[in-house]
Amino acid sequence: MSNIITAEDLCLWYGRTQALRQISIAIPENSITALIGPSGCGKSTFLKTLNRMNDLVPGVKISGSVRYEDTDIFAPSMDVNLLRREIGMVFQKPNPFPMSIYDNIAYGPRTHGIKNKAKLDDIVERSLRGAAIWDEVKDRLRKNALGLSGGQQQRLCIARALAVEPKVLLMDEPTSALDPISTSKIEELAAQLKESYTIVIVTHNMQQAVRISDYTAFFLLGELVEFGETEKLFSQPECQKTEDYITGRFG
Amino acid sequence: METAVQGVFLILGLITVGCVLLITVYLILSGVPAIWQIGLFDFLLGSTWASTAAEPSYGILPFILTSVYGTAGAILFGVPVGFLTAVYLAKLAPPKIKVVVEAAVSLLAGIPSVVYGLVGMLVLVPGIRRLFRIPDGASLLAAIIVLAIMILPSIVKVSVTALEAVPKEYEDASLALGATPVETYFRVSVPAAKSGIAAAAVLGVGRAIGEAMAVMMVSGNVANMPSLFQSVRFLTTAVASEMSYSSPGSLQRQALFSIALVLYLFILLINAALNFFLKRNKEG
Repeated sequence: MSNIITAEDLCLWYGRTQALRQISIAIPENSITALIGPSGCGKSTFLKTLNRMNDLVPGVKISGSVRYEDTDIFAPSMDVNLLRREIGMVFQKPNPFPMSIYDNIAYGPRTHGIKNKAKLDDIVERSLRGAAIWDEVKDRLRKNALGLSGGQQQRLCIARALAVEPKVLLMDEPTSALDPISTSKIEELAAQLKESYTIVIVTHNMQQAVRISDYTAFFLLGELVEFGETEKLFSQPECQKTEDYITGRFG
Repeated sequence: METAVQGVFLILGLITVGCVLLITVYLILSGVPAIWQIGLFDFLLGSTWASTAAEPSYGILPFILTSVYGTAGAILFGVPVGFLTAVYLAKLAPPKIKVVVEAAVSLLAGIPSVVYGLVGMLVLVPGIRRLFRIPDGASLLAAIIVLAIMILPSIVKVSVTALEAVPKEYEDASLALGATPVETYFRVSVPAAKSGIAAAAVLGVGRAIGEAMAVMMVSGNVANMPSLFQSVRFLTTAVASEMSYSSPGSLQRQALFSIALVLYLFILLINAALNFFLKRNKEG
């Protein structure tokens, strides 16, 4: 299996505070990689570096490299908007736009120049099916998306991300604001999506990492402590710190 | 003690309500008789105002239309400029520039209208006269330009507030889909703030239609039917300019109260619209 994203010696500072310390990691294609670690360990920061959403934070400074497929994402020639099309993102708090369900999904494709109504209809249906929410919303596509439940909103956001046909989906604690039933729906969905996409998911919930991920990366104080197959990392961790964390000795 | 304090606050609160009621009742009582005497249609739709002629005529259509056109013109110029300024300030401007521009906008709001009128009279009116080669630059156009500048601050401020209240999550979602920042502001932030921006426009209408001093100084104050390059008179200036010499109890003075009543009704309508938009904004 080939790697779709490779980071090498990635360091990141917010002003004078160093948030990431020499992260080197290779994320395999068509798999789910979970990023775990205590709050403030840098896992979300690392995630947001991959689609360069950190660019928006004032005073951020980055060294090292991140390659997506074969391109350096920090190269001056890199089109950030193109990168974000390829690497979609789902946020911690469901954040549908205050518009109709249809317009939410069509937003991305429209931004990228698709005007044709039939084509948009097709994308909307395909994306909503892809996010396993089509049957729940097909009769109210013109209704405001804010009327959906939290779990539905999050799946809508996943559908919205799918609509621009990304290759990678970054998920930043996508279930932390959801109830257990909605959470398990999102987890099932993630397992289906890895057939066609690469998923990198930040999670606070170690059981969730065990349940859904193929690979797990354990972050601590801005460093990548351990990275490997989920099964192995949770059963026979190489580092003492990893073991302490997954057995609940701190965190 | 507690009840006494509450009572005092209640009375203070009622003073405002009392003033509004007093003004409303007074305007109706003193405005209706002249309308009755002149006839509603002749009053509202009559196109000649000649209050001091041997055979006086009291048609206020020229004033109504001038106020409507003047306000519409001011909105036409003021809203796009104010709105785009607001987008720039709320989303794009570097902090240092933002501070300077916002200070300038606040100052613009604080300039007394007589100063607007004065500058308009000395700069704008001669400028229009030369630019368009017309005998007198005091015109509807001059009034529209002055009004457009006068309503800018409220449009900018209210729109900025509305745009800044748009949750950052919406913008993040749009950027994460590969939209550029400018696309994001116009396709996500502005639609999300549209009720607030509409409220800003309505607020501008209210300011423009109620303004008297500045427009009196630059519009020539002649009771013509409105035309861009002609001297005109607004509802406000019609009242202000004749009040001083109309004799008490005369039909002329009563008709001035009737004009004030019409203006008041316009303001009521605008306030209702404003409340509507603000309420919708709150509900999201």
